[in-house]
Amino acid sequence: MASTRHAPHMITMAESAPSREWTLRDAASPANGGRVVVLSGDWIARDGVAPLPDLAGVSAISYDAADLGAWDSALLVFVLAIRERARADDITPDETGLPPAVAQLLSLTAAPSALPVPPETAGLAAHVGRSTIALWTEALEVMTLLGESLLRGWAAIRGRARMRGVDLLVCLHEAGVAALPIVTIVNLLVGGILAFVGAVQLRKFGADIYIANLVGVAMTREMAALMTAIVMSGRTGGAYAAHIATMQGNEEIDALRAIGIPVHDYLILPRILALTAMMPLLCLYGAAVGILGGFAVSVSMLNLSPEAFIEQTRQSVTGGEILFGLLKSVTFGLLIAIAGCRSGIKAKRSAADVGKAATTAVVIGIVGVIALDAVFAICANALDF
Amino acid sequence: MTEAKPAPVLTAKGLAFGYGAHTVQHDVTFTVAPKSIFAIMGGSGCGKSTLMKVMVGLLRPSEGALLVGEEDYWAATQDRRAEVGRGFGVVFQSGALWSSMSAEDNVALPLRMFTDLDEASILALARLKLSLVGLDAAGSVMPADLSGGMRKRVGIARALALDPAILFLDEPSAGLDPISARRLDDLIVALRDGFGVTVVLVSHELPSLMAICDDGIFLDADSGVPIAFGAPKDLRETCEHPTVRAFMHRERLEPLE
Repeated sequence: MASTRHAPHMITMAESAPSREWTLRDAASPANGGRVVVLSGDWIARDGVAPLPDLAGVSAISYDAADLGAWDSALLVFVLAIRERARADDITPDETGLPPAVAQLLSLTAAPSALPVPPETAGLAAHVGRSTIALWTEALEVMTLLGESLLRGWAAIRGRARMRGVDLLVCLHEAGVAALPIVTIVNLLVGGILAFVGAVQLRKFGADIYIANLVGVAMTREMAALMTAIVMSGRTGGAYAAHIATMQGNEEIDALRAIGIPVHDYLILPRILALTAMMPLLCLYGAAVGILGGFAVSVSMLNLSPEAFIEQTRQSVTGGEILFGLLKSVTFGLLIAIAGCRSGIKAKRSAADVGKAATTAVVIGIVGVIALDAVFAICANALDF
Repeated sequence: MTEAKPAPVLTAKGLAFGYGAHTVQHDVTFTVAPKSIFAIMGGSGCGKSTLMKVMVGLLRPSEGALLVGEEDYWAATQDRRAEVGRGFGVVFQSGALWSSMSAEDNVALPLRMFTDLDEASILALARLKLSLVGLDAAGSVMPADLSGGMRKRVGIARALALDPAILFLDEPSAGLDPISARRLDDLIVALRDGFGVTVVLVSHELPSLMAICDDGIFLDADSGVPIAFGAPKDLRETCEHPTVRAFMHRERLEPLE
């Protein structure tokens, strides 16, 4: 067996092998217009694919491969390209001069391939129409998810949902205790920053003491809920989406459905319940930590007396402010959890889709929370609250 | 049989491998002849796929040497291993296509990374590889939209991208219907005959093993060493080892006295 001939490049083969070459010679028959493509040298794809010979006006094409060295796909691409060219002139090249293995491989390419044809590109109108329908469907889906969550949540509270208690506990831990460090840091800093910002303006009027009011009201009513929600959207909303999207990719969700376990009860409900339950607690905690941050800055750097700060805070922060903040945080929690779970469920099966799901969850979570906060602010203003 | 045996493309000498402190197989010694279809056989969990990981450079053996041609693969530097590895085509069990790229880009990526070819040549080569596996119409389809068998075939096309000297296949026909499995067997044989590529495949699909493999090794999970060598159809006829007999004839393995 001649092992150098017709072997694809062996790993150790030097790069100096003579490269592919072809020449044209007139064929003996038919008398005029027939051409023989004479192949020589090594035809290795890595060294490049040969340019096609000029075969204009040729009446028959055949090959002479007597001097052909080693070859691989480069030769196949060349032969296929000549076939393609010849078809335009209604010629079928005579390929009997080629090594038998070439014919064998080319016969593989001739097999018909049945495949779903990718959808044709649509016009503008179709595009707009499809997007609108998709948007409407998505809105319905989200409403369904929300409604189902409320109904099943109520069932869960009465102990009638097919949800494992341990899953809920894990989710509560993840969305609660595990989030405390980052919620602490963010709210502590925001409280401190508010104190600084307030000091710059209030000092002009000799009203330093109102820094305590500013920090107290801002944290309880607005900032604790908002900052905690943004942190939780990035942290927990993104995690929900990535987790569920990966399960989608592994066919784990299909497996749940096939066994008849309701995906909503099993996967989504514990997450939504956990985040919705934990958000107000985190928000309350965040407000307290934020006031502590404001207190620390005011007392240590802005020369306020601790007693005065505490007294002002006690007067300004009312139960109403706290409740308003908590009410907001409950809706934020619900929104973040639904955005996370929905983008996870909607994900397709590839690795890139997991990334997309997490991004969508976080973006919708943060933008949604801020938009919802704006709605609350307008409502509160209209109600003179 | 009269002429001298050609030099083997792969030689394993006393390989031992496993995960962490746990050794799956030891004293694995065999050679793979050029242009043969070499089967790594054995029951589930015996280390077939792990052996293939050792051979394609994904897992360092704890003992022994693997020669590619005459070169000690695992003794070479990482750069050199990567260079040698470009002569390997590896097809993973599920295809392992890169899900963010179309089928054609999956095949074209190795060419774009490791050759200086112009884009037109790369596309021509990628399309050729896809048409060799019967999927020339699937170029622009994303992996998620392909069936399992098609993904596997695109995986083969991708493994062929750089015209490898050795093609490794992990469970090529697992999960395929008999007709598709048969077609895949034919494809493997045609690629071997056509390109002269050496094929190493991991399998426990008896019909495939019998039909296409002309040499092989049988790994035993219990003893942790290879227990039989040779073509699967010869092993079926001649091998007396109870595990091999049970495997080849689908017999119930009686517990040893």
